[in-house]
Amino acid sequence: MNKDVAVHVDNVGMRFQLNHERVDNLKEYVIKFLRRDLKYNEFWALKEIDFDIKKGERLGVLGLNGSGKSTLLKVVSGVLKPTVGKVVTKGSIAPLLELGAGFNREYTGRENIFLYGAVLGYSKEFLEEKYDEIVDFSGLGAFIEVPIKNYSSGMRARLGFSIATVVEPDILILDEVLSVGDKKFRKKSENKVMSMFDKGVTVMFVSHSLEQVQRLCNKAIILDSGRLVAKGPVDEVASIYKNMTE
Amino acid sequence: MSITKYVKNFLRYKYLLFELVKKNIKLKYRRSYLGIMWTLIEPLLTMLVLTLVFGTFFGKDDPQYPVYILCGRLLYAFFSSASKSGLKSISNNSSMIKKVYVPKYIYVISAVLSNFVTFLISLIVLVGVGAVLKVQVTVYMFQAVIPLIILFIFTLGVSLILATLSVFFRDIEYIWSVATMLIMYASAIFYDISRVINTGNGWIFDINPVYMCIANFRSAILYGTTINMSYSITSGIVAIVTLLIGSCMFYKKQDKFILYI
Repeated sequence: MNKDVAVHVDNVGMRFQLNHERVDNLKEYVIKFLRRDLKYNEFWALKEIDFDIKKGERLGVLGLNGSGKSTLLKVVSGVLKPTVGKVVTKGSIAPLLELGAGFNREYTGRENIFLYGAVLGYSKEFLEEKYDEIVDFSGLGAFIEVPIKNYSSGMRARLGFSIATVVEPDILILDEVLSVGDKKFRKKSENKVMSMFDKGVTVMFVSHSLEQVQRLCNKAIILDSGRLVAKGPVDEVASIYKNMTE
Repeated sequence: MSITKYVKNFLRYKYLLFELVKKNIKLKYRRSYLGIMWTLIEPLLTMLVLTLVFGTFFGKDDPQYPVYILCGRLLYAFFSSASKSGLKSISNNSSMIKKVYVPKYIYVISAVLSNFVTFLISLIVLVGVGAVLKVQVTVYMFQAVIPLIILFIFTLGVSLILATLSVFFRDIEYIWSVATMLIMYASAIFYDISRVINTGNGWIFDINPVYMCIANFRSAILYGTTINMSYSITSGIVAIVTLLIGSCMFYKKQDKFILYI
């Protein structure tokens, strides 16, 4: 792998099994197995995906719903293991996907900062040091001592964003997160992401908004039904995407 | 991947393991008035009920019979509750697993470990009851560590197997709750094994590692004798083999979990 490449995606394919009726218990499985009734439909959510992101590059991922964008982000962040091919990443990754979805509902905001921080691989000392900064940025104030189940979805997303961005990652994976919270927080979170951009972080960004991708990214790819149909500088790709969607 | 790399990876996540264990214990007793005290009250009450039923009605007049029950009951309760939460650990943490990459065995280990911690706390009851009923303090008590370690390894192995299976088959949970009941009756928690041996069914104890651990624990704590060597070796081998099978199953299937949870 080349030295200045941060993310290397090599011939990646991701296959899912689509069952018409999902068999998730032993009884049905045995019956269907004996009747030779176990049918699977294969479905490739991604196929033959090949690209590199160089250090400091900001890659926008464009595509319609169901084109495989989120699957691609999950493969790059390591949550999903590709069926074929491989992904190599260099440096620490901060995945900002579905913010706040990993919280424990019974836990308070404070407790979730430590639990979720630990999941993201932060150390205890680091979290204690950055605790005030996280609470400050989230703007939750006294609500930090309240169980998450009583939070609104916006509050949850704000806390998730604040925890995930307290580190300075090498690779930032963004999935429409710049649209969380109210207008004020949106501005704040965009500024935060921008300041990371200035420090030369490598970015992978998924959005439906072509305008946002053109504003934030310098490279782009288009996915269509799980295949890579275009890659290159953002303006070239954007015009292809415009033709596709119109 | 080499072993050292595994160990290094594991150490990286030891703070997460600590947080998860803390979470499991904290949430178990949250919003209960007596909180963590329940780990002490609950075995004490079960012991009283079992002593009342089997001691009074069935005429067991050994004054240390409550200690006999408590030893069996505490170890069995650890095995049963730990394997049950191990079984559910993957689906309970599905929202995390779907979002961030973390070695998934951490969730199983944390489930078993948090039950082990509450089990260790509940040993205070045993100390109290033992003191009241004048159980002799002997040097043999140190041997109690051996059956506990074996039981921990066995429970972890069983949990890895169950966690893997239950991702694909949801009904494992119900099958397992029946199976644990069977194991309970086969572990001589409140009866004396000589009665069963007299009926010619003594083999049941020779294949049950949970019983072997309980028996050795009693030898060390209650009777003040050396533990049964053949029980230690048999249950130790079963425990390690179970852990190996569990680890292999889990390792082979873990990448598919996310597609089913």
